[in-house]
Amino acid sequence: MSPTGKLKLIDRVSAINWNRLEDEKDLEVWDRLVGNFWLPEKVPVSNDIQSWNTLSEPEKLMTTRVFTGLTLLDTIQGTVGAVSLIPDALTPHEEAVYTNIAFMESVHAKSYSSIFSTLLSTPEIDDAFSWSENSPHLQKKAEIVLEYYRGDEPLKRKVASTMLESFLFYSGFYAPMYWSSRAKLTNTADLIRLIIRDEAVHGYYIGYKYQKGLEQLTQPEQDELKAYTFELLFELYENEAEYTESLYGELGLVDDVKAFLRYNANKALMNLGYEALFPKEDTDVNPAILAALSPNADENHDFFSGSGSSYVIGKAVETEDDDWDF
Amino acid sequence: MGSLVYFSSVSENTHRFVKRLGLEELEMAVRRIPLRPADGFLQVDEPYVLVVPTYGGGNEGGAVPRQVRKFLNDERNRSFIRGVIAAGNTNFGAAYCIAGDIIAAKCGVPYLYAFELLGTAQDVTRVRNGLARFWQQQPQNPPRQVPLSA
Repeated sequence: MSPTGKLKLIDRVSAINWNRLEDEKDLEVWDRLVGNFWLPEKVPVSNDIQSWNTLSEPEKLMTTRVFTGLTLLDTIQGTVGAVSLIPDALTPHEEAVYTNIAFMESVHAKSYSSIFSTLLSTPEIDDAFSWSENSPHLQKKAEIVLEYYRGDEPLKRKVASTMLESFLFYSGFYAPMYWSSRAKLTNTADLIRLIIRDEAVHGYYIGYKYQKGLEQLTQPEQDELKAYTFELLFELYENEAEYTESLYGELGLVDDVKAFLRYNANKALMNLGYEALFPKEDTDVNPAILAALSPNADENHDFFSGSGSSYVIGKAVETEDDDWDF
Repeated sequence: MGSLVYFSSVSENTHRFVKRLGLEELEMAVRRIPLRPADGFLQVDEPYVLVVPTYGGGNEGGAVPRQVRKFLNDERNRSFIRGVIAAGNTNFGAAYCIAGDIIAAKCGVPYLYAFELLGTAQDVTRVRNGLARFWQQQPQNPPRQVPLSA
């Protein structure tokens, strides 16, 4: 923010020419985002009403709070986060990609409301939103990220944004994957999977642009940003651990959620070009959760470790690409 | 000893993974598929394992990078492939690392390993050791007979 309190805008705009690219990644990601476009209306969440009614009160409360927390993060990313990256963009096409990201974050935020309106009464929804205003850990998470968005350091803004896209959402995403692994709220989980897919592209792209920016700096400046990134990760992780305790403690899921958090923290670091921090034994996600996230992840694609003599030759996969010659 | 062929976009994620493998120490040749058509065409003449990123999305179209499809469309290049390793992100659900499934099925070679993003230290060790063993076990064979059309 500038001293007047207005969001800084770029000074001069030239007509965007998509036929002259400075960074081909911009077009590739734009195409990917457009190809992945979706709206919550296409997911039949109302089919989950019966399943919802089988949950206990503490389970319902946890789930409702998780979704309110996610709504807050998506609102931040849609109205502040992605927009704050626009003035720092290196190319006009990068600016356009951020407008796409900002819009999709607003779609995500709205999709939680469609889950709420299907499963909850109006007073219950109001209660959940007032909880989100008063949860210290949720508010702290929002405050940490917002502080960087308001600051005047473009690369730190990208670090904070990648952390949000690739790490901070996952204390919440755990819950629908948990329900899906138990064959509950499966339509809601389908919707959340679409959000998870989008966040992967967002985190990848913003992290990539961070690395492009980093290349322009001197070694000491790069070292400083790396140290800053890890410090921020630790600060956020500590808060996430407490937030997790407050959401999942009563249900006995805290350790399981934390492994999922560390797994995703590693991925956030990798999106920023850094090596994973948490060792394997700390990031072993419950296989049921991993399978709910990706049915392909639990297949044995490790021929090398030699646990068996067989390997996967690959399922027949229909591709839409018509430029294969064989 | 066989070789390794890889593709990496300007993000350099797969490039960094391959560099960390330190295959030169194992005297394994490493070749990169050019980023753009203007950068030339890679022609290989010895057996290789292919390492590819999966381009992420819900639909499988475009999961295998275009430059890799072009590389494999060349019959001679295709005749030397012995296995595939794919990178990806579990966030893409069923499409996680699906480039490996597609190439393994199309070329009839084993899908050796899948890893996420830059790969972890454990992924690097497993793939490095695995490749060394894999090539020791391969017969010193002539180019595989690949049907002209599938």
